[in-house]
Amino acid sequence: MYFQSFSDFLAMGGYGFFVWLSFGVTYLLLLGLIAVSAYQQKQFKQQLTASIAREQRVKQYQEQQV
Amino acid sequence: MVSRIFLQRELRLLARQKADWLNPILFFIIVLSLFPLGVGPEPNMLRIIAPGVVWIAALLSVLLAAERLFKDDYRNGVIEQLVAGRQSLLAFVLAKTFANWLSTGLPLILLSPVVALLLGLEQAALLAMALTLLLGTPLLSLLSVLGSALTMAADKGGILLALLILPLYIPLLIFASSAIEAASMGLNYQGQLAILLAMLLLALALVPMAVTSALRINVS
Amino acid sequence: MFKWLDPYAKSETLYHLCGKLLPYLMVSALALLLLGNIWGLAFTPADYQQGDSYRIIHIHVPSAIMSMGAYAAMASAAFVALVWQIKVAHWAVLAIAPIGAVYTAIALITGMAWGKPMWGAWWVWDARLTSELILLFLYLGVIALHGAFSDRQVGNKVASLLALVGVINLPIIHFSVEWWNTLHQGASITKFAKPSIDPSMLWPLLISILAFALLLLALTCLRLRTAILVNEQHRPWVRKLVGG
Repeated sequence: MYFQSFSDFLAMGGYGFFVWLSFGVTYLLLLGLIAVSAYQQKQFKQQLTASIAREQRVKQYQEQQV
Repeated sequence: MVSRIFLQRELRLLARQKADWLNPILFFIIVLSLFPLGVGPEPNMLRIIAPGVVWIAALLSVLLAAERLFKDDYRNGVIEQLVAGRQSLLAFVLAKTFANWLSTGLPLILLSPVVALLLGLEQAALLAMALTLLLGTPLLSLLSVLGSALTMAADKGGILLALLILPLYIPLLIFASSAIEAASMGLNYQGQLAILLAMLLLALALVPMAVTSALRINVS
Repeated sequence: MFKWLDPYAKSETLYHLCGKLLPYLMVSALALLLLGNIWGLAFTPADYQQGDSYRIIHIHVPSAIMSMGAYAAMASAAFVALVWQIKVAHWAVLAIAPIGAVYTAIALITGMAWGKPMWGAWWVWDARLTSELILLFLYLGVIALHGAFSDRQVGNKVASLLALVGVINLPIIHFSVEWWNTLHQGASITKFAKPSIDPSMLWPLLISILAFALLLLALTCLRLRTAILVNEQHRPWVRKLVGG
């Protein structure tokens, strides 16, 4: 460990704001991108499942009519 | 032969739709006359910003004309016919580019004495400006034809074309304005002109190819 | 020669391959990122010139390198897609573009946060910052161009074409910006001499670069899987997979 104490670590020799700003923004953006990508996939799968189910229901209904 | 027919057609279209080429020229002059009103009529100040201002105005006015380059031909099916009929698409693209340069690039070169008058440029800088416009405007036409071909079938145009083309214009902007700047300081600017010529030749070799494939993709 | 690659051009095979690789890639990328960053933040000495502000290097340099690496990957995919007409490669272009845009944005923001204490301004028209900004515009152009088409097929192909045009232009833009910068302002930037980096600082940096590269791969896998599903939603194998 290079720093003497935890508060030293947070202060970053006076550059704390800039260092933590960059690391914070980076992690926020990266995690956001991962989350959005995963969410898009999940959402599309749900959407597709729903539309396939609907098509099957429509098909069943039409078969009953005949 | 084929390209002459295409060129005649383009010129006839331009003669009928005068707004297509008059608007960019008017826009160019208006932007240039707004700058002194915005930053103040100080001759020294104007002389310093003139190279950049001239080229930014040129970029924007060419962009204005680029929007509609292929739109009408796409809507009424001309391009589809050309692709389906196995006509020489390259001749069509070259004619389009040349007509675009004749209608937007050439007027800017002819207007350069007026611009020099408005912005208080000296003779050396005027010459440099005319030369950079001579080498740069064909490149502008090539790039705007490319951007227009890419966005031809897009449903939402608007700012998209500017987003695509402006990054590609940056090298031209840098070298052209630096040539004018060098000339106004009495320095040699052949190097910048040589680079502009090199970029023009490179674009002339590659852009028509990209444009024809963009046209093919858009109608497929 | 590349016959062995053929099965991977088939979207179903690729979908399952990506699914298999994804957990390993994602976990190792995040673990290495944390390792490299904690090592770099807490266990290396401060720079003798820049103090602790230099620790931003551990995300700035990896994101900047990989933002260009992502563009190279995207352009290669575009080339493959257009020359050999491989659909999966078109989808890969669109899968990579947002990742590259985010990496570029990270490189820009961290560059600004590093520049403020070192150069005294959030933004200077430094050649590298400017090139990086233009790279961001190119990424946004590819994404926006694809979004402007209602026909997804045409949008894919046009976006690939733009990515290729961009990669030819990128070196020209880069060198002209560099030249422009040296012409307009010299001293303010170059006085910040790059410190010859100490091995103790180099290791965490290399680990972080590797982590960003792996994360790029992992995210590409994830996004490509979604793209395959979206584009093949009417094919039987997708309907069997999703519909159950």
